[in-house]
Amino acid sequence: MRRFGSFHLAALVLGFAFLYLPIVALIAYSFNASRLVTVWGGFSTHWYVALFNNQPLLDAAWLTIRVALVSATLAAGLGTLAALALVRYRSFAGRTLFSGMVLAPLVMPEVITGLSLLLLFVAGDIERGYWTVVIAHATFSLGFACIVVQARLAGFDRSLEEAARDLGATPLTTFFTVTLPLIWPAVLAAWMLAFTLSLDDLVIASFTSGPGATTLPMRLYSAIRLGVSPEINAACTILIGAVAVTVIAASLLLKREALAGEKG
Amino acid sequence: MNASSDAATRRSSPGSVRRDFQPWNDPAAKPLVEFRNVTKRFGKVTAVDALSLSIHAREFFALLGPSGCGKTTLMRMLAGFEQPDEGEILLDGVDITTVPPHQRPVNMMFQSYALFPHLSVGDNIAYGLKREGLPKAQVRERVDAMLKRVRLNGFEGRRPDQLSGGQRQRVALARALVKQPKLLLLDEPLGALDKKLREATQYELMDLQTDLGLTFMVVTHDQDEAMTMADRMAVMDQGRLLQIAPPDLIYEAPANRFVAEFVGDINLIEGRVTAVEGDLVTLENQHVGVIELDEDAPSCQPGDALAIGLRPEKIGLSHDEPQQAVNKVAGEIWDIGYLGDMTMIQVMVGGDEGKLLKVSLTNRTRRIERPFAWEDRVWLSWDIEAGLVLAS
Repeated sequence: MRRFGSFHLAALVLGFAFLYLPIVALIAYSFNASRLVTVWGGFSTHWYVALFNNQPLLDAAWLTIRVALVSATLAAGLGTLAALALVRYRSFAGRTLFSGMVLAPLVMPEVITGLSLLLLFVAGDIERGYWTVVIAHATFSLGFACIVVQARLAGFDRSLEEAARDLGATPLTTFFTVTLPLIWPAVLAAWMLAFTLSLDDLVIASFTSGPGATTLPMRLYSAIRLGVSPEINAACTILIGAVAVTVIAASLLLKREALAGEKG
Repeated sequence: MNASSDAATRRSSPGSVRRDFQPWNDPAAKPLVEFRNVTKRFGKVTAVDALSLSIHAREFFALLGPSGCGKTTLMRMLAGFEQPDEGEILLDGVDITTVPPHQRPVNMMFQSYALFPHLSVGDNIAYGLKREGLPKAQVRERVDAMLKRVRLNGFEGRRPDQLSGGQRQRVALARALVKQPKLLLLDEPLGALDKKLREATQYELMDLQTDLGLTFMVVTHDQDEAMTMADRMAVMDQGRLLQIAPPDLIYEAPANRFVAEFVGDINLIEGRVTAVEGDLVTLENQHVGVIELDEDAPSCQPGDALAIGLRPEKIGLSHDEPQQAVNKVAGEIWDIGYLGDMTMIQVMVGGDEGKLLKVSLTNRTRRIERPFAWEDRVWLSWDIEAGLVLAS
């Protein structure tokens, strides 16, 4: 391997600093004993204790997790089905349109997704709250889930499913005994991706939630407007930790999948 | 009686039984599988073209043809993975044209084996039995018996990726056989094995088929494989069956030019008929000269263009002119291909711009010095029965 020149090293350090310095600062200040943001008062876990006594914030966190769990499950399930349809049935009427439409939310500005969902809920006279946020999150993360599962299915040996059918399995049994056991890492990775997308979404949740259904990012955002408190820093640190863990787990799963795919 | 002599008797005895096994010549016999005018198109390509075919119970049937001839499509229609556009398929007298694959008493061994990578060898074999809802003890019993049958006992806990190619092939076979299908389809069953293993496996497959009294249909592009194993074989090209017959008839009496050229080596000689006297046809080719051949009830007239085929092993080779031979021609050796058990010699007859004829010689002695060398002047000769008339 070529050795780093000093220029490359500097570029690397600066790049990473640019990306991660704000986050490092946030995490560092969450352990600050002083209430003042600009003054370092020594190490303390005081704000974490305070955080766990802040009932509205805890409620918001719990709601966010419930939204993420349900919407991720919906997105992974529907995304898997969409991926199956797109990979397996190469020539149904409107396939191109369908594949474009599934993936549109990936590039659609969140404001537009949020606004259109809001309009839909208003027009349908659906009371906004927990379920509207769940549906909104499932909708926009479905496309991501679909892409992840599609990649796995593209390399799937169809003769395995034919063998199952040949040995007497119905299409449904074939799916649950052969297809799903072989693609589950991709489905799980899709679920994790959808989970993190839901966890840190502010824009779409703001549009689609109603009174009494305030998610953690919404609560944090409104709290920030009243001034930065180290308590918020602590909450954000925990959120960053949760997202990082799921993203790393998902990418490890996909990497293992890719290796298995190469071997097979 | 020890195991090896047991195997030997088993191998020799079915042979004599098989000689009398000719249900296809019995007009009263009811075929197990019947294709009636089956056509299958993929877009503009006709993969199978108005094809009719009967396969009888306990038959070892081989479908032979170049890639893209429609043989795989034909088999996939039997398994239920493809639906014919026209015609019907009958199994045991029942129309199964629209029956889905999981409801057909037909099983298939896939070319890629298609073993389930997430299941152990035992679970792979048990998969089909579990779908039938058999009690656990019975599944276990049949899986064990089958493992023993294919010599894989002790391997049931392994994953497919921990097996050798030959072992994987046997698992695939066991998984299909354990269902006791009325018909077993084998898609290039030996294609992924090396030559030595392929030969041994051929005989194992034949033994299995005879012992279990099953009907096998093998799809292959390997003619040696088809000739060795099959009771009857069908040669297919462009969606049509060109000939269905036992291997020896396919080889010695091919129905047409394609079959003659596809199965085995052949010298093709085109000429013009000069005389027809009873069964004796005389024709003339500009390079080979006058050829006489014996043909039952010839349909040609003097003056007709006629193509005949001459298998390389039917031609004799000598340095001196064979005085007795009816058909003979002089030439020069252009090429010698030494293959160990035999030597393939190319002889140019009728001058340098003439015709190359292939002659094969069995190497019956260990002499390294060969009786023939490049540029030798030699004589070729053959019987009047050797040549076969080929329809185009």
